[in-house]
Amino acid sequence: MAGALVKERGAAADPALRASRARQRRDRWMTHGILLLGVIIFALPIWITLVGSTHDVNTIGRGEVPLWFGGHAVENYVAAWSRGGEAVRNTRAVPAGIMLWNSLVMATLIATGKIIISLLSAYAVVFFSFPGRMAFFWMIFITLMLPVEVRIIPTFQVMVDLHLTDTMAGLVIPVVASATATLLFRQFFLTIPDEYAEAAKIDGAGPLRFFWDVVLPLSRTNIAALFVILFIYGWNQYLWPLLIITDTGLETIVVGLSKMIGRGDAQNEWNAIMATAILALLPPVAVVVLMQRWFVKGLTETEK
Amino acid sequence: MRKGIIFKGKLLPLILMLPQLAITGIFFFWPAGQAIWSSLLREDAFGLNRDFVGLENFAEVLADPTWREAAQNTAVFALSVAVLALSAALLLAVQADKAIRGSGLYKTLLIWPYAVAPAIAAVLWLFLFHPQIGLIGRALNAAQIAWDYRLNGGQAMLLVIIASAWKQVSYNFIFFLAGLQSIPRAVLEAASIDGARPVRRFWTIIFPLLSPTSFFLLTVNLVYAFFDTFGVIHALTQGGPAKATETLIYKVYVDGVENLNLGASAAQSVILMIIVIAMTAVQFRFIERKVHY
Amino acid sequence: MATLELSRIHKTFGGTPVLHGVDLDISEGEMVVIVGASGCGKSTLLRITAGLESPTSGIVRIGGRDVTALEPADRDIALVFQNYALYPHMTAFENMAYGLKIRGVPRAEIRRRVEEAARLLDIDALLARRPRQLSGGQRQRVAMGRAIVREPKLFLFDEPLSNLDAKLRVQMRAEIRRLQRRLGVTSLFVTHDQVEAMTLGDRLVVMNQGRAAQIATPMEIFTTPADTYVASFIGSPTMNLLRATLEDGGAGATLAAGGSIRFAQPVPGPAGRPVIIGIRPEHVTPEGDLPVAIELVEPLGSETVMHGTLPGGEAMTVRVQGTAPVTSGIMPVSLKQHLHVFDAETNLRLHGLASA
Repeated sequence: MAGALVKERGAAADPALRASRARQRRDRWMTHGILLLGVIIFALPIWITLVGSTHDVNTIGRGEVPLWFGGHAVENYVAAWSRGGEAVRNTRAVPAGIMLWNSLVMATLIATGKIIISLLSAYAVVFFSFPGRMAFFWMIFITLMLPVEVRIIPTFQVMVDLHLTDTMAGLVIPVVASATATLLFRQFFLTIPDEYAEAAKIDGAGPLRFFWDVVLPLSRTNIAALFVILFIYGWNQYLWPLLIITDTGLETIVVGLSKMIGRGDAQNEWNAIMATAILALLPPVAVVVLMQRWFVKGLTETEK
Repeated sequence: MRKGIIFKGKLLPLILMLPQLAITGIFFFWPAGQAIWSSLLREDAFGLNRDFVGLENFAEVLADPTWREAAQNTAVFALSVAVLALSAALLLAVQADKAIRGSGLYKTLLIWPYAVAPAIAAVLWLFLFHPQIGLIGRALNAAQIAWDYRLNGGQAMLLVIIASAWKQVSYNFIFFLAGLQSIPRAVLEAASIDGARPVRRFWTIIFPLLSPTSFFLLTVNLVYAFFDTFGVIHALTQGGPAKATETLIYKVYVDGVENLNLGASAAQSVILMIIVIAMTAVQFRFIERKVHY
Repeated sequence: MATLELSRIHKTFGGTPVLHGVDLDISEGEMVVIVGASGCGKSTLLRITAGLESPTSGIVRIGGRDVTALEPADRDIALVFQNYALYPHMTAFENMAYGLKIRGVPRAEIRRRVEEAARLLDIDALLARRPRQLSGGQRQRVAMGRAIVREPKLFLFDEPLSNLDAKLRVQMRAEIRRLQRRLGVTSLFVTHDQVEAMTLGDRLVVMNQGRAAQIATPMEIFTTPADTYVASFIGSPTMNLLRATLEDGGAGATLAAGGSIRFAQPVPGPAGRPVIIGIRPEHVTPEGDLPVAIELVEPLGSETVMHGTLPGGEAMTVRVQGTAPVTSGIMPVSLKQHLHVFDAETNLRLHGLASA
């Protein structure tokens, strides 16, 4: 009581002091307000989708946008998972279970493949001296500048010629060469002191042994960080699978989801679409949230 | 660079690089070369003969009003996405960088949309803005604002911009946060002792020191808007209505895959390649300059 | 120009107390140096004065006005940082002008003040350069200039010389002292370097574990350290501290190492009271009956420092003029003059100078 009184008097005695207190308080509220608004804008579409996926098709179709969970969660998710929707009006609907599996296999293969290929070639560039080293380096560099999207048609032609369309190999192989990952590993390998390799040589280890026993263990955190980024990259592939996969058995979930939405005014099975959307974004979001530290490190370091 | 040769041998390094070489050769250089080559050719109507026509395909593409319209759409779209995603991310990053309670939680809650595929982001926003089933779409119509992005080109453009920017904010946020954290604390303290209030401090100290990050992000965002947003447009509008949301990359896809006009599509691909290379070159030039700070 | 008054400053970081109620009064134009080992809370005290941290409790007054809750900008102070904290994207001129520009000082006046400060610091040729084009010493001067042009009530220095090489440090030290005298601005200077503290300060604050162990002039601190911490922190080589017990009447003491010593004035306390006898290496008489087993001899030219041990195992350092009387074996010494007596439990000084 007395303390409060003294504080009050002190504040009243000095307007500058009171102003600075008020300013600090206002700033704090502003900060929380802006961040909360950001969080809400980020979360709102997900919330609507999540809630929608627990209602029956007619509730959503009528346009009553529900803001709280309904009672059809289990049946919607079971339907989406095993049949790709209840009615399967759309002939192209594929069970989400199959699509998730395809996406998982594709993303894992792409991430692993990119890491292995980049590790090997970065190792060769950094620890060996051979003719054409610089030419090779520039080659990687140029591929960095040419995203799949700009050379999509001729690449598709190559796939047809090699009979790789409608295969898992066709989904994965053309995108496993990674300039970014190679550059990152090169950058990292350059920080490994020469003395390590020299000590290994004195200990009688050859280049492969050195790679396996020293370089690989040292690269562990970089590999983990990169895996998170590349897994998401792989999972989120769109144009490439859209082009080369016509076989519904190989449909990936990101492409499959957008195909579930009818183009005309046809009655869409919104509840199944929403359930599938949640299933499609859950794995990569989980990876980011659970491996946040590695993910942030991987992202900020690959792009440097 | 290394002082000396660490390991001898010429065969082993070549074997190690073989996978990378083979894949880049077959799936990057061969098709890129094909694109350049066929951009210089024209097939006759029966697909029997191919004539060398020089830069005629390019001239045709550049003169084509639909291509010009797509270029204009792309410019509007890419700039809007970049400006929106960058300014929102900067605002959030500056707030999240302050020492407040729960800043760790805020960061997590602002980072996750990075993981959402562009096409899925599009579907999520469709659920919000659909004129019949969307929360906001219905609200707009109820408020006597005729909203249907499937009929109104401007609204369609707005929606793809929002969905694309939404997904990119997280990425920018992470980089801005890293950039903010690399500004020495003492420099900010010096500014506050010099009497700079937060707003002033931001514009005279923080913003200039973030400019390398901002510039880097600007090019990344433009490249993102040019290419990675294919999924957003394909899932939401298919370039419509009436080509209002057809961007350059979408047009390549339509002309090449749906209309099978390979020569024109190849010429467009080559133009896109030149744009990307120019953007990357500008970016690298700038990264060299940033050493100044 | 103003007075600075810190009263009962407490600071706790996440449950760990770092400052336990520090009081300090600085009069106008005075330069006070806070010195202490790392982690003693000296930087925190400075940052609280600057307004970069707020105290958990206690009051900061500048020129008699309570500024405890004010932001740094409203305190009219200038701070020179350890790593200078120059704005990397601004030239030296812009760095110095920034604070004035914010306060709305007219452009011509800014130019006049910056140029004057630059002349004073001998950096007028460097004003167009960015920080990264300047050497460490030059950056230091720009940082000083940034503080000077503001003409603040109070200068604060946070170990500003610790990033310079030894030679430059000595030179800048003298320059800071000269400038401070000339401008007559009340100053608070933080350092871990006792030489810097001794040469710069009108008064020193020796900090130990969040408390001001002693606040006094450099000579007072040297001649009558308030406790064993101050005694061993100031002076090089450090003061010898020997365990002993008081003899009857407090006229002398018996050393744990053997032998007894006499005090000039009696020390209060009952016989058998455990005390610590302090004596600086240069005050040890290199003859007598206390045997020191010499282990290491450091000839420094004009003087020699000898390290050894007493019979009980306690370390003993002796400094003599010229060359060493012995280079190994046993050297007998005696403790006669400039003896400091501290309580063995509280480590506090027992009374004024106790020398024979």
